[in-house]
Amino acid sequence: LWKFSGRNKGQDHFSDMISNVLFNFVCNCVLLQIMELCGATRLGYFGRSQFYIALKLVAVAQSGLPLRVESLNTVKDLPLPRFVVSKNEQESRHTALYSSDADNPASYSGVIPPPPGRIQQRTSSDQQESTSPVVSPQQSPPTSPHTWRKHNRHPSGGNNERPLAGPGPFWAPFSEAQPGSSTSSDPIWSGHSPPPHQENWVSFADTPPTSALLAMHPASVQDQTTVRTVASATTTNEIRRQSSSYDDPWKITDEQRQYYVNQFKTIQPDLNGFIPGSAAKEFFTKSKLPILELSHIWELSDFDKDGALTLDEFCAAFHLVVARKNGYDLPEKLPESLMPKLIDLEDSTEVGEQTGEVGYSSSPAEAPPSKSPSMPSLNQTWPELNQSSEDTAIVHPVPIRMTPSKIHMQEMELKRTGSDHTNPTSPLLVKPSDLPEENKMSSSVKYTSGNTVTDGYSSSDSYTSDPEQIGSAVTRQRSHSGTSPDNTAPPPPPPRPHPSHSRSSSLDMNRSFSVTPGQQQAGVVAYPPAVPPRPQPSQGAGPHVHRPVDADGLISHSSTSPQQIPEQPNFADFSQFEAFAASGVNKEEDDEIETHSEALQVEKPSDSASSLRVAKADGRVDEKVPANVPSSGKGTTPLAPPPKPIRRRLKSEDELRPEAEEHTQKTGVIAAVLASQPSIPRSIGKDKKAIQASIRRNKETNTVLARLNSELQQQLKDVLEERISLEVQLEQLRPFSHL
Amino acid sequence: METGLFSGSVHIGIIYHPPQNYPLYIRSVPTENELKFHYTVHTSLDVVDEKISAMGKAMVDQRELYLGLLYPTEDYKVYGYVTNSKVKFVMVVDSSNTALRDNEIRSMFRKLHNSYTDIMCNPFYNPGDRIHSRAFDNMVNSMMMQVC
Repeated sequence: LWKFSGRNKGQDHFSDMISNVLFNFVCNCVLLQIMELCGATRLGYFGRSQFYIALKLVAVAQSGLPLRVESLNTVKDLPLPRFVVSKNEQESRHTALYSSDADNPASYSGVIPPPPGRIQQRTSSDQQESTSPVVSPQQSPPTSPHTWRKHNRHPSGGNNERPLAGPGPFWAPFSEAQPGSSTSSDPIWSGHSPPPHQENWVSFADTPPTSALLAMHPASVQDQTTVRTVASATTTNEIRRQSSSYDDPWKITDEQRQYYVNQFKTIQPDLNGFIPGSAAKEFFTKSKLPILELSHIWELSDFDKDGALTLDEFCAAFHLVVARKNGYDLPEKLPESLMPKLIDLEDSTEVGEQTGEVGYSSSPAEAPPSKSPSMPSLNQTWPELNQSSEDTAIVHPVPIRMTPSKIHMQEMELKRTGSDHTNPTSPLLVKPSDLPEENKMSSSVKYTSGNTVTDGYSSSDSYTSDPEQIGSAVTRQRSHSGTSPDNTAPPPPPPRPHPSHSRSSSLDMNRSFSVTPGQQQAGVVAYPPAVPPRPQPSQGAGPHVHRPVDADGLISHSSTSPQQIPEQPNFADFSQFEAFAASGVNKEEDDEIETHSEALQVEKPSDSASSLRVAKADGRVDEKVPANVPSSGKGTTPLAPPPKPIRRRLKSEDELRPEAEEHTQKTGVIAAVLASQPSIPRSIGKDKKAIQASIRRNKETNTVLARLNSELQQQLKDVLEERISLEVQLEQLRPFSHL
Repeated sequence: METGLFSGSVHIGIIYHPPQNYPLYIRSVPTENELKFHYTVHTSLDVVDEKISAMGKAMVDQRELYLGLLYPTEDYKVYGYVTNSKVKFVMVVDSSNTALRDNEIRSMFRKLHNSYTDIMCNPFYNPGDRIHSRAFDNMVNSMMMQVC
């Protein structure tokens, strides 16, 4: 120990950490005492030995022993013996820990007199515990785990903050946990670099105070590393411990997470992007784990099964790698704390949210479907959707409001959550593409028929909330305005994109889940993208002609697209629409040329508007599709699509009109533009100049709307990704109980 | 499905087609007579190949439901499924599992295919390797438990 004391010099910084850690599980007064004792005896800083001493004191305090110099002395003098005597297993473990620590780099200078003794004890205890799987990297990495584990134990005791908690509880559980404790994660970053001690923490997974420590013992025996790591680890662990109210061996600490994020950045600068499989493979191969294990880690961490790793997935994978290197067995299932966070990057909150969202989504699911059948006016539907989203919002803290700001908020959220979203590009919408968001954007913009869904998804996150009608309408419009060729079968109308779609993944997921429950959703999801393109091109011309007003044009445009989607419902809608259009404008035959031009102009605004809608639809569709695909892997219910398209169409018609206005409201700029548009049409037929002016205006509006559309599609994509991952999680949670 | 010991025997094999037809994965439930099932799977490959070549232009016929090889004594059925990449899935089911309907078989194959695709997504998996994925194993086990 003494020899290590010199080494501890450099651990002044640890003192802070340690103190923090210690504070966590020891009341302040006790901690102060400990500090005093340690500090007094030691060099005035929390060297490793100090740390050990402190730990012991903590244990002592926890075990209810009076924290006195005497105890400290005893600890120092007979750390091992005392522990051993009083609590055989625990102490031995504890001592083992210490001894291991001592061995390694532990510099219990003066504090831990019998390091060898401890070591022996530890060894024995280790052997007892031998179950601990730790074996692997016993060299440098293990040390950190050791300390880490040790700390874990302490923290657990500390968490109780009771004197009696003591190391005892830790130790005991550890020994028990040992046998099975593969979870104790002693992630040592040995493979990755000689991370500074801080990094060691990072690598620490939360090991349950109990098992982890025990497991650590065996590992610690051999390791070497370092007091620093140990200390840091402990500190980290302790800190972590305190934050985590439950024993989660797989929890990622903040430091660890930071490290992971940095590593992610080295591979993929865009935090919201993906790491392609090949790059990830190279990276993780560096860790020198066997391919089989890496393969398993990949299976666990590639949550959306897209062959690429988002930031969260990457962190989870990295965490697992570290854990494995530290000797922890890989779990069979992805631990909850490692699940990709759909909403945000916070571990704990995320998990809860996700579960909450999942549970919650069902309720919103019902809301939208119910609304669509009723065919409320656009205004009604939108508010209703908002309502549902708001319900879902309850789960997620992010409020949902039907306002333009919401869209922005959603977008912001999207950016925040970012990486977890998978891009559902596959036709099945099960496997999101690896495209980075940029790609998604572009794809969404292009709106290729094949990937209509994906395209839609990527762009209109914000609108995903409003699933069916809007979504379908939007998608269709988007496709129309976009370059995608007509899609094939008219997909069921996606749920109307909910304007109030909040970014919170919970909301989205809720919506998506709500969509999922109905098989209709599946049908709807798959189809919406297809529908838009088709109806738009064909229908667009017709209605446009009839529409003197841009807004009308928009409406007709959207209506046409919906029509295309479902054959029959389209007819119904179309007829309605036609009636509307006809009534709206009676200039069908009057100005062919002008109508054409009008149509053009109308198309533009309508395109932009539709793009908005499409974005929404896409978002919803995306949500639905991924949800549907995973949920109803097998087939889609044909029933769902037909009613949806009808609803959608009707809604879209209504929506188009009010939406045109609403959209503009949502986006101030757009609103202004759109507002100007209606006025334009009136004069079109009359004056060519007016027409040209309107054309110009429409173009401007179009660009604005296109921009908005792309944004929305981006959001949609994100939301869909979230949805997909949530669904995947849901499926994973549901043990293949269904075919 | 029966619940007897030997009643519901299902045997699933995944054969990697492209160059050679060697099995990537074989699992049986229950595990008795496994060798016989291996043999059955292998011999059924010929029939599968026959069907593939027969399809000619319809190159992509996912749902190749092969009902045949009713072995006289054993009376089991062999189902086949071919993916676009010529990976064959063969399932041998005991005829005592009379409740196994065609749809169920199809859905099982679909699940198998999905899981196989997931495996393919894993960059650490080299096509042609034996499949050791635990997730895949779990899926197959659960699926077979369902039918047994």
